[in-house]
Amino acid sequence: MTTTLKPATAARAASRQPGPLALALRQGRLELTQFLRSRESVVFTMGFPIIMILIFAAIFDGEIAPGVSFPQYFITGMIAAGLMTVSFQNLGIWIPIERDRGVLKRYRGTPMPKWVYFAGKVIMVVVVGVIETALLLAVSVAVFDLQLPGTATKWLTFGWVSVLGITACTLCGIAISSLARTARSGSAVVTPVALILQFTSGVFFVFTQLPTWMQQVAALFPLKWMCQGLRSVFLPDTFAGQEPGGSYELGRVALVLAAWCVIGLLLCLGTFRWTTRRDG
Amino acid sequence: MDNELAIVARGLRKAYGKNVAVAGVDLEVRQGEVFALLGPNGAGKTTTVEILEGYRRRDAGEVSVLDSDPAAPAANWRNRIGIVLQGVGEFDELSVSELVHHFAGFYADADDPEKVIARVGLADKARARTHTLSGGQKRRLDVALGIIGRPELLFLDEPTTGFDPEARREFWQLIRDLAAAGTTIVLTTHYLDEAEALADRVGVIAGGRLIEVAAPEDLGNRQQAHATVSWRTPEGRTESTESATPTELVTELAARFGGEVPGLTVTRPTLEDIYLQMIGHR
Ligand SMILES: Nc1ncnc2c1ncn2[C@@H]1O[C@H](COP(=O)(O)OP(=O)(O)OP(=O)(O)O)[C@@H](O)[C@H]1O
Ligand SMILES: [Mg+2]
Repeated sequence: MTTTLKPATAARAASRQPGPLALALRQGRLELTQFLRSRESVVFTMGFPIIMILIFAAIFDGEIAPGVSFPQYFITGMIAAGLMTVSFQNLGIWIPIERDRGVLKRYRGTPMPKWVYFAGKVIMVVVVGVIETALLLAVSVAVFDLQLPGTATKWLTFGWVSVLGITACTLCGIAISSLARTARSGSAVVTPVALILQFTSGVFFVFTQLPTWMQQVAALFPLKWMCQGLRSVFLPDTFAGQEPGGSYELGRVALVLAAWCVIGLLLCLGTFRWTTRRDG
Repeated sequence: MDNELAIVARGLRKAYGKNVAVAGVDLEVRQGEVFALLGPNGAGKTTTVEILEGYRRRDAGEVSVLDSDPAAPAANWRNRIGIVLQGVGEFDELSVSELVHHFAGFYADADDPEKVIARVGLADKARARTHTLSGGQKRRLDVALGIIGRPELLFLDEPTTGFDPEARREFWQLIRDLAAAGTTIVLTTHYLDEAEALADRVGVIAGGRLIEVAAPEDLGNRQQAHATVSWRTPEGRTESTESATPTELVTELAARFGGEVPGLTVTRPTLEDIYLQMIGHR
């Protein structure tokens, strides 16, 4: 009889716990696998902004200002809303389901550091967000000649506004997931918040046409600033004069989004629940 | 470790509002022991076990599990314990193999995932998505995830619920193998044969109190319990008598019948009888 037993030391070395980076990447891959395999969430998350921009382009075909077509204006809102969908809505709905099913309770029973769970979600959200935005841009270029940013500076702005925005929305999505007591209430909590923000932040309307008080309320939340930052990327510099502040205010965009990252992180750390009330 | 007790709990209490679920439990589990918690529905088994696992907060009492307080455990603590919960946590859209491999990555000294999958009898389901498994197969997956980290101390809350008889026997063998390798095991069960087959000691819990802790064969003074001797009378009736000295009675009966006693049986109460009596007499 042959024995397949390895020396204990070899077996131990082979199964050594991965380092922090590897742990996060593994978790990210698992989350992404789960997301991509649930077909309806892929179709709806990825498809929503594309369908919306196609509808907008079909309804409005004039110009908002000289050289600024409606689709060129609304693409900024759709990118921002799309990033918010994959991060804020996706997590605010999905995490209560995982909590309800006891998935989070399982993770808590292992030596996995808590932050790894969040890191996995962030990685998933960023990858999905990049794919979704790329698809949205590709469709827009093909269907209504969207003008892509022309300078490296604008692409850079595009990058940091998106990264800060999606980070803030991800952290807020994780934070708001603790408000839902059951799996079913996740979307009831998240959907109105998202819709109200979209209507008041210039996703569906030209922002400056909204009542001033509404503009001021929207300015407290990240979505308005994501839209404004993206307008600086996709609209001509001459359009800046039509912004509420008379310019794109990129410094303030960075500041508000960064502040929301901090607020979101504090809320996550302070309020995140791994088990439901039923788990005692 | 110099402490030979894996678990020590003193005066453990936990109430949900006015409902006292655990009402002052004192418990000791030795290193390498298989300890079974028995008790009716709602007795407080899960509450007790989940306090020991660090999931639930206790209201009062002292607890040490592998020399740590589960409410504030040492850094490496979760590496050393394995947990099979009463409620399953269902992962979406992942296969058995993917899930077990993923969980293996959380532990410093994990077992070989393929080996563990085979060990719980899921080898031919390794590629199946977890939501397609049957109830008993899901339970086996729970067990696989509980033992993948090669725990020193393994908690199992009603692990064999939903197992077919063969699966249960296989599971028993798995527990015996783990125990033989030195794993301390705490399990709850409603199956008395399971407790009898596996446990070194059994704790009976009812109404949040531990009413007895003993080896299965000693539970409720089972050794001293009266035997029931029954036989058929010449008229064809069955007669039975409880007796502390059944041998004497049988000898006497043999003399009375002049040899064979028709329909003779001598029985001692089963663990189940003793158990029902214990929880009924409260
Ligand atoms: N999360 C909770 N919230 C409120 N009450 C609870 C909670 N968990 C348990 N209880 C109560 O505590 C008592 C003990 O429950 P527990 O789940 O510990 O029983 P158990 O012995 O595990 O029962 P079973 O054999 O049915 O699993 C019960 O009266 C139950 O109603
Ligand atoms: Mg229970």
